[in-house]
Amino acid sequence: MEQSIYRSHILVCGGTGCVSSGCKQAQDALKEELAKHDLTSEIKIVETGCHGFCEKGPIMIMYPEGVFYCELTPEDMPELVEEHILKGRTVERLLYTEPNTKKNIPSYEEIDFYKKQQRLVLANCGHMDPESIEEYIANGGYEAIGKALTEMTPQEVIEEVKEAGLRGRGGGGFPTGLKWQFAAAAESDKKYVICNADEGDPGAFMDRSLLEGDPHRIIEGMMIGAYATGADEGYVYVRAEYPLAIERLQKALDDAREYGLLGENIFGTDFNFDLHIKAGAGAFVCGEETALMNSIEGKRGMPRPRPPFPAEKGLWGKPSNINNVESYANVPNIIRDGAKAYKAIGTEGSKGTKVFALTGKINNTGLAEVPMGITMKEIIYDIGGGISDGNKFKAVQIGGPSGGCLPEELLDLPVDYDSLTEVGAMMGSGGLVVMDDSTCMVDVARFFLNFTQSESCGKCTPCREGTKRMLEILNRITSGEGKDGDIEMLERLAENIKSTSLCGLGQTAPNPVLSTLKYFRHEYEAHIYDETCPAGACQDMLKGYVIDEDACIGCTACARVCPVDAIEGSVKEPHTIDLDKCISCGACVSKCKFDAISQA
Amino acid sequence: MKSLEELRKLREKAQKDIQARKTSNKAKVIIGMGTCGIAAGAREILKAVMAEINKRNLDVIVTQTGCIGMCEKEPLLDVQMPGKERITYGNLTKDDVSKIVVEHIVNGKVVEDLAVAKLED
Ligand SMILES: Cc1cc2nc3c(=O)[nH]c(=O)nc-3n(C[C@H](O)[C@H](O)[C@H](O)COP(=O)(O)O)c2cc1C
Ligand code: SF4
Ligand code: SF4
Ligand code: FES
Ligand code: FES
Repeated sequence: MEQSIYRSHILVCGGTGCVSSGCKQAQDALKEELAKHDLTSEIKIVETGCHGFCEKGPIMIMYPEGVFYCELTPEDMPELVEEHILKGRTVERLLYTEPNTKKNIPSYEEIDFYKKQQRLVLANCGHMDPESIEEYIANGGYEAIGKALTEMTPQEVIEEVKEAGLRGRGGGGFPTGLKWQFAAAAESDKKYVICNADEGDPGAFMDRSLLEGDPHRIIEGMMIGAYATGADEGYVYVRAEYPLAIERLQKALDDAREYGLLGENIFGTDFNFDLHIKAGAGAFVCGEETALMNSIEGKRGMPRPRPPFPAEKGLWGKPSNINNVESYANVPNIIRDGAKAYKAIGTEGSKGTKVFALTGKINNTGLAEVPMGITMKEIIYDIGGGISDGNKFKAVQIGGPSGGCLPEELLDLPVDYDSLTEVGAMMGSGGLVVMDDSTCMVDVARFFLNFTQSESCGKCTPCREGTKRMLEILNRITSGEGKDGDIEMLERLAENIKSTSLCGLGQTAPNPVLSTLKYFRHEYEAHIYDETCPAGACQDMLKGYVIDEDACIGCTACARVCPVDAIEGSVKEPHTIDLDKCISCGACVSKCKFDAISQA
Repeated sequence: MKSLEELRKLREKAQKDIQARKTSNKAKVIIGMGTCGIAAGAREILKAVMAEINKRNLDVIVTQTGCIGMCEKEPLLDVQMPGKERITYGNLTKDDVSKIVVEHIVNGKVVEDLAVAKLED
């Protein structure tokens, strides 16, 4: 008997973010509840990849109504099934509440977080079962490779990608079509395509989400790249810390093989192609392309000088094309809908959309796909819902350890590859960390430098020793031991490391220091010359808090929360803080409604 | 995969399974599932609708609503064709379902003797 259709589909997010907030338990409870009401044959549960709104997980979307429920618990399931499924009533209390308007929003398309997005690459993520090749095909999947193979020459494919203006989403933004052209031009009996899914940037998770939520799209993109460049074998290099991504990709590969979409004579043509997964150990430097290829070959993941570029001498000495996950994910759309449709979105020099991972002190953290050229302000305030806890924006860090921090004055900047480089940041992989005024910018620079310093492979001296010296200086500054000349020394070291390191890791490691020096130099100076941390974040520098007599009305709120009884005073009289007792915990500051307390 | 043709056939078949997630411009059947609707046998009606849709391979959204204040006419079922008025049918039996599906959804003709109301939607 043919499988009958279901009247309703419940899409349950099974992305890593929601797994950690308990979507499995919620789903089990849902299943149990459906069974109890004898609804199993009417209602289908589909486990999807990330919807992007991980902050509000676990998430479910109920079709056909398209109602979006979030922050679910197993205990909510009886009510949800009883009310929504049986009686057709929306359960108000489980809807998303917009932080600014406090309104409950039933349909996810109406949520601000999604409204300004343009989900092309993430179109399927969260909307289909990533483990079902049939659902991918139902959504138009493998149409593009079919078209490429049967209607286009490899050169025509390359021209289309060039025309579309796709630039590499792995960080540097190199034109993908041009890279393919180089690999296609190389003469060899054997070529490879490689997908870089190392995703080493702290805070980034777009590649993981794509692999978890829409693995076939990556496979299809790689197939098109292979056809264009003349490769017949490919590798996806994924870090081993991404087990769910690896599992879903493996399933996708098996299914594609079974359908004859991988293997020999694909679509009845003489195109043969197969793909392997290589799980990497997850070192940041292994994301560098030459190090990555060494790692696939079973050697230590250390970079080597380029040229020769991978397009001439890549994996096992053969011409290879290497692209990022999101780069490949853009390709099927370009081929299916044509370059013209694709480049209608974006800016002069950066076409299409970019996926950003929003984290930090922002209301809606998660994944957002936006057209290139959108302003930073729109991303942070319209999509991200603004700064959490009503705090004040201070900076946004973009591009991970290779990127930089941008101040408030630059929030109107339209975001694309070139505009970011111009102001001393970088697109990088698209991690956006939003910081409020409790963040110390010197400390932020120190955090990123600490990361690159410990991830340096050690092959070249400037990167290995230079970053260590810079880190020492930053450590001194944040502990209150900074001295005159430190800033100049940091600048000198930074320039040296940038210009003499072998690979991108060293060449970009000083960026966070340089950009914070550019926009927040006064904070460095305050640490060194005034011995204070303006953000009140560097513990070693805090001398305690004082109360402004004129502003204090003597409400006693502060005294009651101080854990060490450092505050004294009678009701309606100005209070005082004993600096010897104060441990700078800041508890009193957040209690005072009159802004009377500040750093000593 | 031998040809683009084969892929397209596969796609058509696969699209049927996910049709419940595509909602625009489709015929809609709305079943009154308030407490009294359920007591009057709305679940049976819903099952009959599903069976009929499956049998005829129709692309229709089936959804439900709470009590609409016509409890004495339960079980109730609304049909809304894209761009048309929403018609409420009442006092239904399982056998009426097939008639409504064929006449209204397939042929686009309101089944006047079962209709109890027209809703501006
Ligand atoms: C230290 C270092 C780490 C990198 N990590 C990644 C990474 O995690 N993912 C990635 O796609 N590219 C990474 N890259 C960039 C790659 O070397 C390469 O440029 C990129 O994968 C090319 O793909 P694209 O042209 O599609 O962007 C890294 C580069 C450096 C120098
Ligand atoms: S720049 Fe740093 S990470 Fe890159 S090769 Fe040199 S030492 Fe290794
Ligand atoms: S909370 Fe503020 S206003 Fe109240 S006693 Fe303390 S310092 Fe004064
Ligand atoms: S993992 Fe569920 S929304 Fe991201
Ligand atoms: S003791 Fe002074 S702030 Fe807590």
